[in-house]
Amino acid sequence: MSYQINGKEFSQTPHAGQCLRTFLRQLGHFGVKKGCDAGDCGACTVLLDGEPVHSCLIPAFRAEGHAVTTIEGLAPEGGAHPMQQAFLDAQAFQCGFCTAGMILTCASLNQAQRQDLGAALKGNICRCTGYRAIEDALHNRNNIEDAAAGSAFGRSLPAPAGPAVVRGAARYTFDVAIEGMLHIKMLRSPYPHAKIVSIDKSAALALAGVHAVLTHEDVPDRLFSTARHEVADMDPDDTRILDTVVRFIGQKVAVVVAESEAIAEEGCRRLKVDYGILPAVFDPAQAIAPGAPAIHSDKTSEHRVANAERNIVAETHGEFGDVAAALAKAAVTYQGKFTTQRVQHAALETHGGVAWVDPNGCLNLRSSTQTPFLTRRALADIFNLAPDKVRVFCERVGGGFGGKQEMLVEDILALAALKTGRPVKLELTREEQFISTSTRHPMRVTVTAGADEAGNLTALQLEVLSNTGAYGNHAGPVLFHACDESISVYNCPNKKVDAVAAYTNTVPAGAFRGYGLPQTIFAVEAAIDELAKGLGISPYQFRRRNIIKKGDPMLSPPGSEHSDVLYGSYGLDQCLDLVERAMQADAPKIELSEDWLTGEGIALTMIDTVPPDGHIADARISLRDDGGFELVVGTVEFGNGTSTVHRQIAATALATTVDQIRLLQSDTAHGGHDTGAYGSTGTFVAGRATQAAAEHLADDIKVFASTATRTNPDICVLENDSVVCGKQHLSFAQLAKAARAQGRTLTANGTSAGTPRSVAFNVQGFRVAVNKATGEIKILKSVHAADAGRVANPMQCRGQVEGGVAQSLGATLYEEMVIDDSGRVMNPKFRDYHLPSFADIPRTEVYFADTTDSIGPMGAKSMSESPYNPVAAALGNALADATGIRFTAVPFKPDRLFPLLHEKFGKT
Amino acid sequence: MDLNTVTEVAHPTTREELPIWMAGDAWLAGGTWLFSEPQVHLTRLIDLADLKWPALTVGPTHLTIAATCTVAQLDGHPCPSDWIASPLINQCCRAFLASFKIWKTATVGGNICMSLPAGPMIALTAALDGGCTIWKTDGSEQRVHVADFVTGNQQNVLAPGDLLRQIDIPIAALRRRSAFRQISLTPVGRSAALLIGSVDHQGGFALTVTGSTVRPIQFSFPEMPSADELRDSILQRIPDELYHTDLHGKPAWRKHMTLRLAEEIRAELAGTR
Repeated sequence: MSYQINGKEFSQTPHAGQCLRTFLRQLGHFGVKKGCDAGDCGACTVLLDGEPVHSCLIPAFRAEGHAVTTIEGLAPEGGAHPMQQAFLDAQAFQCGFCTAGMILTCASLNQAQRQDLGAALKGNICRCTGYRAIEDALHNRNNIEDAAAGSAFGRSLPAPAGPAVVRGAARYTFDVAIEGMLHIKMLRSPYPHAKIVSIDKSAALALAGVHAVLTHEDVPDRLFSTARHEVADMDPDDTRILDTVVRFIGQKVAVVVAESEAIAEEGCRRLKVDYGILPAVFDPAQAIAPGAPAIHSDKTSEHRVANAERNIVAETHGEFGDVAAALAKAAVTYQGKFTTQRVQHAALETHGGVAWVDPNGCLNLRSSTQTPFLTRRALADIFNLAPDKVRVFCERVGGGFGGKQEMLVEDILALAALKTGRPVKLELTREEQFISTSTRHPMRVTVTAGADEAGNLTALQLEVLSNTGAYGNHAGPVLFHACDESISVYNCPNKKVDAVAAYTNTVPAGAFRGYGLPQTIFAVEAAIDELAKGLGISPYQFRRRNIIKKGDPMLSPPGSEHSDVLYGSYGLDQCLDLVERAMQADAPKIELSEDWLTGEGIALTMIDTVPPDGHIADARISLRDDGGFELVVGTVEFGNGTSTVHRQIAATALATTVDQIRLLQSDTAHGGHDTGAYGSTGTFVAGRATQAAAEHLADDIKVFASTATRTNPDICVLENDSVVCGKQHLSFAQLAKAARAQGRTLTANGTSAGTPRSVAFNVQGFRVAVNKATGEIKILKSVHAADAGRVANPMQCRGQVEGGVAQSLGATLYEEMVIDDSGRVMNPKFRDYHLPSFADIPRTEVYFADTTDSIGPMGAKSMSESPYNPVAAALGNALADATGIRFTAVPFKPDRLFPLLHEKFGKT
Repeated sequence: MDLNTVTEVAHPTTREELPIWMAGDAWLAGGTWLFSEPQVHLTRLIDLADLKWPALTVGPTHLTIAATCTVAQLDGHPCPSDWIASPLINQCCRAFLASFKIWKTATVGGNICMSLPAGPMIALTAALDGGCTIWKTDGSEQRVHVADFVTGNQQNVLAPGDLLRQIDIPIAALRRRSAFRQISLTPVGRSAALLIGSVDHQGGFALTVTGSTVRPIQFSFPEMPSADELRDSILQRIPDELYHTDLHGKPAWRKHMTLRLAEEIRAELAGTR
């Protein structure tokens, strides 16, 4: 067969049932991405005879005789299609994994479609941006600035990977071809709780092309947690690579390594597993009740499981003051029970990676991870390898959102590579993402609060039941975080917390953007509004009266004696003012029928700028012979924009421009350590290390230059890619040459230990309309104010805020993983798990507080997770304002809102 | 996605060349559903493309839509100005959960044969009194109204090996006044209720309820009913168990939306709104 792809002829023949997507990738067109492999996300869009199609749905044989254009062929070699340029100018991407499909789709829209982008783009999901920047690209808006030498910090500079991203040339995890690579598929448990009695591998092993079948008999006898933290004892040791007991439907049972995915799948189907079925429990309240089946009965406090008999993996209890007495005396009280559902990160790049053992005996792992260094540490530990015999790295990662702060596939990859001695690849399907990776922790939160007549908060109590699923990765830290900043942001003399994280026989929960806070803030901010309403005080005023002010202790029970959280800066007051002003601004009147009720709501959040108990980053920067710099950092780029910010920090400290900073990142082979890109630390912690390294190098340059020029180092200054010592002037290139002549390379290191920590703030406001007859919601206005300190890159930071609001709107309005009575995920695909598309997301006005942090790099603070946190709460408050009904469960879908609306507002 | 168990694709060019149907076979029209989910029970695809059925044929009394006609071809069909119901075509295309990119590949017949409650081509062709022609494995043909073709959620009258050949729409149906209503849990999402009403030249009112019910339910009145008459009729003809339940809408809500949208349609066509 003959295929014409990007103007070139190919004479390969696809397999009978092969889709065009994998055929194109097989022929080296890695710009064609897999987000869902089911036609829902559009990441695999290509042009067929000039028309956009989803290549995952097109039988490959049908492309014969037609012209196929992938992103690589959209523009002539070396050139850019106008739409590619528009995406660059608007910086209409973050992780960039959806970008190729988005550009090909946008490039083919006609004028009518451009007038109706909600419909035109409903087949393209972007999980990162919130779509505003994509709309900007379609309107040819330019969002980027430039910066003179030494002034990069604070400017809206473009992402260095941009040109490669829009051309489809940026390499993501699976965009490599390795000779002789084998493929991994896993057999997964059909039962929520069962003992594996036996596994008959013979029929699978007899299949031609199967190289290995690996089971619990083949794995190191080691318990660990898939959660990655700097300090391993934050999570329970309750997981084996392959266990003899399975605890949720979808848990891996056996691994088949074969010459193709097709053979590996067939090998899995040929495995005969004898299961001994065990009783299961799916509801967290039932799980911790007496008599429930113990899911980890073999674990003890030595494994850091709090109470295995009662399925309690972690708990915390504490009280300051006397909440009961305060409630008894309060002028107004409120109690409500709030429920948050199970949601998925849905990063468009699925988990997976490639592993091989190199000729030096070093295990190499190219992975879709947020934590290469911690994963290296875990693999070395589990497989008993010297740390220098394990290398974990990533290039560009297609989204994370916390889901890749886990070791979910690398252990299998390592096992398969070590057992077979061959390069191996494991790429999870979208269904596997849903049924077997991790989710947000569903929580049930009862909030009780009281205030006195003057409007002072006098009592604040949280009772939390968190469902961690079958394994306890992140169960404790998420629970503790959920009960911390959500209430420590308020001054209140009486506070109480009772919180429990329960095991259930369901897919595990794990780290997720916001790390527990969105779930509790949904309850706390509702209670704050209800108290304000009860007292007849505006929600802004009531909050102003009760929020912590700079210098106030930030308290949540049980509390600890030592805290390293300081007010490096404080902008919560400004955020409230900014949102209030914007919400009051005149807006165009929107004509709505009398079925629509309107209302407004706000919510606030505080977040520590670094996770507790250690977060470490190393950076190294060297002056290159050409006068530029090489900067080595460990932190990972997955759309967070830190690659841009690190270059800005270094360029500012070294009086140069960002194009002079060559960034090497996220590879354990580069040396040093980096805890990982989670907890919004890519700028705050790793950026601090880069700043330190760059400033040390600047000092070294001055000293070197002063020696060379026989001047005092104190009079040497860096400016414009050179060092000026009095009247003498040395360019960095001359300096490098002089150093080289002495056999030296000017190089410096920087480290940040992630302590002390600061606090960042966000306030979200919504005006909504609710149709009392249908339950539909329209967002009329969305305003977000963020206290990000001195903003390193306003364009990118705005993107983080918009993306966080959009992702959170998904969890507020649409997204929900539903688990049926047998413990099975009912909707493991995007068409049944609705991610926000263009039509679903309003434009959000974004404002920044004017603060400078004394702890963060060059005054900056973290701003990746926290914009997500107040969204559900603010929307719930707006709904309550509009309808007079307090809705206490997300997502706010029309069919969920309808019964209470119908009860109150009567016949349709 | 790759259908790795499929080892063969047959390419018949005539009805006579259709292979004898076996377990493990599937008809391949657009393939947009087939390739969207694992199909490990399949070993052979029978490609319908080479049958080269004309997508759309306008005859003296009927518009014939080949089962392999793509959604985009139907949407792009230039309709005569007296086909005043033709806006329904684009309205139903837009009711697809899938975007215009899928319309280029997905077929009208494929959507009908999927027999999902939310299938907008079912709503369209049922509301326009479409009739299905089915090729039976014994060489005979069967005709059945679209509204009777679908018998439940992902259930229809097709026996294994049966092939939907075409849908014939009476031109008279395309000349009726019509009204369309649809609601979903999300702004451009899957239909939780999709209702189409029409008025013929004798003043008769017809209503087709889809999306909210597991199969299409049709109502006809010799003249425009009152709001109460329509409501009572719906309450009587659609028992609660016929309302579809899945993640795209709870049945009680679907029922209320059905009643609401039906009344909106009635009022629009009666000229009182």
